Amino acid sequence: MAVVFEKPHALCDVNLHYCPGCTHGIIHRLVCEVIDEMGIEGNTVGICPVGCSVMAYDYFNCDMIEAAHGRAPATATGVKRARPDLMVFTYQGDGDLAAIGTAETVHAATRGENIVVIFVNNTTYGMTGGQMAPTTLPGQVTQTTPFGRDPKVQGYPIRVCEMLSTLSGTALAQRVAVDSVPHINEAKKAIRKAFENERDEKGFSIIEVLSTCPTNWGLSPVEALERLRTDMIPYYPLGVFKDCDAKNPKEEK
Amino acid sequence: MERNLMKGNEALAEAAMRAGCKCFFGYPITPQTEISAYLAKKMQANGGVFLQAESEIAAINMVLGASATGTRCMTSSSSPGISLKSEGISYIAGSDLPCVIINVERGGPGLGGIQPSQSDYWQATKALGHGDFQLLVFAPASVQEMVDMVVKAFDKADEYRMPAMILADGLLGQMMEPVTFPEISAEQKPKAWACDGTKMKRKHNIINSLYLQPETLENSNISRYERYKKIKETETDAEIYLCDDAEIVVTAFGATARVAKSAVNAAREQGIKAGLFRPKILWPFPVKEINEACKSAKNVLSVEMSMGQMIDDVKLALECRIPVSFFGRTGGVIPKPSEILDEIKKLGGAD
Amino acid sequence: MAKITVNFEKCKGCGLCTTACPKKIVELQKKKRNSKGYFTAVCIDNDACIGCKSCAIMCPDCCITVER
Repeated sequence: MAVVFEKPHALCDVNLHYCPGCTHGIIHRLVCEVIDEMGIEGNTVGICPVGCSVMAYDYFNCDMIEAAHGRAPATATGVKRARPDLMVFTYQGDGDLAAIGTAETVHAATRGENIVVIFVNNTTYGMTGGQMAPTTLPGQVTQTTPFGRDPKVQGYPIRVCEMLSTLSGTALAQRVAVDSVPHINEAKKAIRKAFENERDEKGFSIIEVLSTCPTNWGLSPVEALERLRTDMIPYYPLGVFKDCDAKNPKEEK
Repeated sequence: MERNLMKGNEALAEAAMRAGCKCFFGYPITPQTEISAYLAKKMQANGGVFLQAESEIAAINMVLGASATGTRCMTSSSSPGISLKSEGISYIAGSDLPCVIINVERGGPGLGGIQPSQSDYWQATKALGHGDFQLLVFAPASVQEMVDMVVKAFDKADEYRMPAMILADGLLGQMMEPVTFPEISAEQKPKAWACDGTKMKRKHNIINSLYLQPETLENSNISRYERYKKIKETETDAEIYLCDDAEIVVTAFGATARVAKSAVNAAREQGIKAGLFRPKILWPFPVKEINEACKSAKNVLSVEMSMGQMIDDVKLALECRIPVSFFGRTGGVIPKPSEILDEIKKLGGAD
Repeated sequence: MAKITVNFEKCKGCGLCTTACPKKIVELQKKKRNSKGYFTAVCIDNDACIGCKSCAIMCPDCCITVER
C-alpha cells in the first residue's frame, strides 16, 4: 500500500490551536496543498491577520509576517512591490478583512495588486468571543447582538466577493465553502487558480471561504456544518463573481 | 564635490534614494508634499518603487511589508499623518524592523495648521504608539543635515533593527540651500531575518510582534532595551556653540536652533556670555553633552516651536541643578531672534 | 485494500470525518481519551475502507493518513 493522503509539507507538523471542528484547519491545509503542488514554498511569503488565525505564522512552513488588524493587504502590497518575484498571500477573517481592513482590501483590489487573499467568512469575531462581524447574518445572535442582528439597527452584512467583483483590478473573486468533500475539492481548485493568477500576474485574487465557528455559534462541529449549508450559503451564494486577466481587461469573461 | 541648490524636502528625497531606499509609500499631506512628488518622478528610473497609498495607515503597513523582505524603505508625512501611522510604527518597532519615517512637522493639535512647528517632540521621543519602544530621532537644522541625517538614519535603522525618524519642520522642508551629497557605499549587510523566501534551504522566518506568554514578551522587550542601552551610550550627537564660558545656555533643535544661534551671537555682541546647545539626535537625548555644555551655566533657556516639550528632557538631563526656563512660539509662529534675545537678557540680568 | 491511520494525540474528536465517510465506518470511539481529553476517531471496519480520502479531506487537524 502507498500513502495517498498525508499532511502537506508546507503545513507545519504541529497541533493547531483551533477549537475542535473549526474549519480553519481545512483551509490552512488546502493552501498548503496548493503551495506543495505548485512547488512554491521556498518562494512564498504569507501574511497573517488579527483574529483566530493570528498565530497562523506557526502553521505555514513558508516565511510569514504578522500584520496589524485589517492591514494584511497593505503589508502584502509592501512585500509584493518590494519583491515581485515572491508569491504573497494573506489569510484573513471577516472582521479583519471586511470591517477594520475594508480600505486596505478595497484598494489592494482596485490597484490590482498581484496577491492572493484567502478570506475566511464565519460570520463572527471568533477570537474575541463571538461578537457581531460585518458578515453576521440578519437575525444572528452574537455577544453584541444578543437579540439577533437587526438590519434596522446594525445594518446589513457585506457580500465581499460581489463588492470586489465590481473593481477593475480584481482578477478573481470566488466564494467557496468547506462543509463537504465536494465543496472542499472545489475550494482547493479555486485557491489553486488564485495562486496561478498571481504567478501569471493577472491581478488581485480573492477566495472567500464560508467557514464555521462551532464554539461561538453554540453548535456541535457537525451541526455547524449544517448551519453553513442552510443559513450561510443562501445568503452568500457560492460561485465565481469575477474571473479575468485584470492586467489585460479585454479578456474579461 | 558638486554643490546643488535644493529645497530641503527634495534634498532629503534625493539622499534617501542614494542611501539605497528602494520603496517609498506615502499619502499626500502638507508640508511634506515635495518629498512624495520628487520620489514619484525619480524612484522608478532608479529601480525603486513609489506608491501612493490609500491612507497613512496603509502606507506605514506597506513599509512594514517591504521592510520585512529586507528592503530599505521609507514613508514621509506631517504631524496628523504621523498620528495615523503610530499603529504601524508600534508594530514595526515590535517586529524589530528597520525603516525611515520622515515627519515634516506642522502645528497641532488636531488638524492644526500647515506652518512650521516642533510640537511633535513628545510624540517622536516618548510616545509614537503603544508599548515599550523607542525610535531613533534625528533633528536636522539645515538642508545639508537633512541629507546627511537621512543617510545615517538608514544605516542606523538597519544596524539596530529599529525605525528611525527624521523630525524636520515645514521651515526646513521648504528652505533652499546648497547641498553636497556624500559618497554612499551601496553595500548593505545581509539580513538573515528577512522574509524573502526560504528557498527550501532554511527554517521559515517569522516577522511578528505577538507574544502571548507574558515572560516571552517581557524578554523580547528586555532584549530590545539592551540595544537601546547601547544606542544611548554610542549614538548621541549635539552641536555645542560658544558654551565654554557660557552663563546662559540656550537649548534648541532643528530650525529653531538657527534662530536661537542668531540671538546668541547678538547677546555675545552685547557682552552677555550666552551659548547654544543643539541636540542633533533627540532620542537618545545627549545627556552627557548637555551637562558638558552647561558646566559654567547659571541659567538654561529652552527655545522651541511648541508650548514646551524638549524642556522636560533638558531638565531631566541636568537633574534640575540649573534653573531651566522656556520661551516658545507655537501654532506655526516662528520665534524671532529679538524675542529670544529679550529672554536671554532677562536671564542675564541685563534688564 | 486501503486503510486509514488517525493520529491519536492530534485528533480533537470533532467528528467531521464521520459525516464524510461514504461507508459509514469512521466513528468516534468512546473508550479511550487522548491526553487532551478527546474521544478520537477510529475506523471500525478496515476491510470495508475504500481509501477514498473523504475523512482525511474533511479533517480540520490533518490527523488522518490514508494508504491504498
